[in-house]
Amino acid sequence: MKIVVTVKLVPDPNAVRRIDPATKRLVRAGVETALNPFDEYAIEAALQLKERLGAETTVTIFTMAPESMKESLRKALAMGADDAVMLSDPALEGSDVSVTSYAMAQALKKTGFDLILSGALSDDGNTGGVPGALAEYLGVPGLTNVRKIEEIGDGRIKAQRETDSGYQVVSGPLPALVTVTMAVGEPRYASLKGIMGAKKKTISTLSAADCGIDRLVGSDGAKMEVVSIAAPKAREKARVVEAEDGAAGAQAILDFLRERKLV
Amino acid sequence: MPPSALDFLEIDALLDDEERMIRDTVRAFVRGRVLPNIAQWFEDHTFPRELSRELGKLGVLGMHLHGYGCPGASSVSYGLACLELEAGDSGIRSFASVQGSLAMFAISNWGSEDQKNAWLPRMVTGESVGCFGLTEPDFGSDPSGIRTAARRDGTDWVIDGTKAWITNGGIADIAIVWAQTDEGIRGFLVPAKTKGFSTHAIERKLSLRASVTSDLIFESCRVPGDAVFPEVLGLRGPLACLNEARYGVLWGAMGAARSCYESALEYAKARKQFGRPIAGFQLTQQKLVKMLLELNKGVLLALHIGRMKDAGRAHASQISFGKLNNVREALAIAREARSVLGANGVTLEYPVIRHMNNLESVFTYEGTNEIHTLILGEAITGSNAFT
Ligand SMILES: Cc1cc2nc3c(=O)[nH]c(=O)nc-3n(C[C@H](O)[C@H](O)[C@H](O)COP(=O)(O)OP(=O)(O)OC[C@H]3O[C@@H](n4cnc5c(N)ncnc54)[C@H](O)[C@@H]3O)c2cc1C
Ligand SMILES: Cc1cc2nc3c(=O)[nH]c(=O)nc-3n(C[C@H](O)[C@H](O)[C@H](O)COP(=O)(O)OP(=O)(O)OC[C@H]3O[C@@H](n4cnc5c(N)ncnc54)[C@H](O)[C@@H]3O)c2cc1C
Repeated sequence: MKIVVTVKLVPDPNAVRRIDPATKRLVRAGVETALNPFDEYAIEAALQLKERLGAETTVTIFTMAPESMKESLRKALAMGADDAVMLSDPALEGSDVSVTSYAMAQALKKTGFDLILSGALSDDGNTGGVPGALAEYLGVPGLTNVRKIEEIGDGRIKAQRETDSGYQVVSGPLPALVTVTMAVGEPRYASLKGIMGAKKKTISTLSAADCGIDRLVGSDGAKMEVVSIAAPKAREKARVVEAEDGAAGAQAILDFLRERKLV
Repeated sequence: MPPSALDFLEIDALLDDEERMIRDTVRAFVRGRVLPNIAQWFEDHTFPRELSRELGKLGVLGMHLHGYGCPGASSVSYGLACLELEAGDSGIRSFASVQGSLAMFAISNWGSEDQKNAWLPRMVTGESVGCFGLTEPDFGSDPSGIRTAARRDGTDWVIDGTKAWITNGGIADIAIVWAQTDEGIRGFLVPAKTKGFSTHAIERKLSLRASVTSDLIFESCRVPGDAVFPEVLGLRGPLACLNEARYGVLWGAMGAARSCYESALEYAKARKQFGRPIAGFQLTQQKLVKMLLELNKGVLLALHIGRMKDAGRAHASQISFGKLNNVREALAIAREARSVLGANGVTLEYPVIRHMNNLESVFTYEGTNEIHTLILGEAITGSNAFT
């Protein structure tokens, strides 16, 4: 089984983030590149499947990013993925969700896959729009918010989808796309052997032309435009409730919640 | 932009991608697994045995050794891992040092093919724990006179004697024991369950509390003829291992120092007295700057010795240089940091006094300050001043 994990390369989530007011884009200069944290869960899920299914199963990391970020993929290889494929092309710069998904779909058709695993959300763009659109462009079922893959094989997948009130069991034909939640398990630490072995694993690069990308892509092809960007309102200072005794305190909190129609 | 307070000399840039990734991985492990629990382990005077397998999975046990499942990492990578582990706690780094640089190194360097096959693959995963018994109640800095003795009885060996201050002793599956024989000092592999071999935990330590330290007691302890390291004879055997472990210590100490420096810096910027942060007072700045200087010099020294070691050029006395300087300075940094934290500096809520107390052990084991001074003294004068 060929599993492909889509991994977005994002600015280090622990670094201070700044948005350039002119381009309305995150400033990446001077900030380390990291694997999108949610995608690390997808990698974990893929490696668990590989352990379950045996040596016939391979895990490929896929990203669409500038070629200069190539080395940032080593961490995913160190965790245990077999190889990585990058879609890199200056023409793709400034792509929105729709164009990103189209371009990724073209590349993934080229690499082939039985199962695509994705995180649900990127740490920078944060739309959560790519996986759904990607499944659509590929014409495969999209199983979102999966917390556990129950069964996989014989051309089908059965999984538990997390919902607000519990979970649903869903099933569909392979190939399919699955987005995972944090419930699949904490991403493993790369082992030192894995790190040292990662040097020898291949990271291949595809251009837009290689994948037969023939539509307008990048900022020229984007259907969406970021019109303006505003900082969220600073959080109000916490209100401290002072009361005579516990009962009065509880009443004050209840009044507060009622006032806000929260109870 | 002014240099970062956390990497003032851009030492990061002297590492390659793989070294940085190894460093970051061990750091993440320490952050996730050690830091949330270490104050409790220290307080409870315990080393959680299950950590052994976790460290094995991470790959830091015997990481610089080759073959038999060992990763074969460079000396610099091994040093970086020691630094990150000890930024967590010297006890955790001690576990890895004893396992990898003392017990596994001894087997890897001096063991027979059978001994290597029997133990190294299990030790690299942390499934089996090793300890290294050289010190005795009456022989510390001067191990040449150790009294533990092994005599031949038929094809077997029979060991009698007591080892003291042995890290991992009580949790070890295999003890490397150095004993006098008719030919001179030789090394033996004694499995934990061997009849006549028992251990006794050293309680009430106020240092390295997240590490097990024990006496090893041998009473007519019989081991088969193939339990001895086949070739090596004399103090050369244990000293080669100590050299490896000292190398890890000279890096590790800088981890404890870094943790203290960072705690002190953060604390000084937040703590206000006389209407402003104490970081604004000249006397506090002098303390912080002293720490900054010695920390960065120490890490540069470690990296330099590491590069020499990877090139096959690090002499034992140069490793003594690093051990002496870096542990001495780490201890000074810890004490200085402790003072910056005021009363908070004496609690386990902050890492500083834990590091400070731990470093007292690190100062003493693997050759005391005095012993390394004498090694260096002899190296530059040609005159032996030990006796
Ligand atoms: C400040 C800012 C300004 C922006 N300005 C514009 C703009 O002007 N015009 C515009 O069109 N768009 C703009 N974008 C959107 C940006 O291009 C999106 O980040 C991109 O389309 C992907 O969407 P996402 O990051 O929201 O991914 P999400 O849909 O949140 O990602 C979900 C999952 O999809 C996968 N995935 C997403 N992207 C990739 C990738 N590149 N490679 C591999 N896997 C991936 C990952 O598995 C990820 O976990 C801007 C974003 C930011 C943060
Ligand atoms: C927590 C801990 C863990 C340990 N783990 C291990 C282990 O796993 N395996 C092991 O074999 N040992 C271990 N040791 C023992 C350690 O190696 C010894 O404590 C060390 O070698 C010093 O020996 P000593 O304590 O007997 O001190 P001594 O040798 O008695 O020294 C006492 C003092 O005299 C000084 N001194 C000695 N000789 C001279 C001289 N010629 N000139 C000037 N000063 C001198 C010393 O520097 C020291 O200051 C451990 C110790 C500790 C504290």
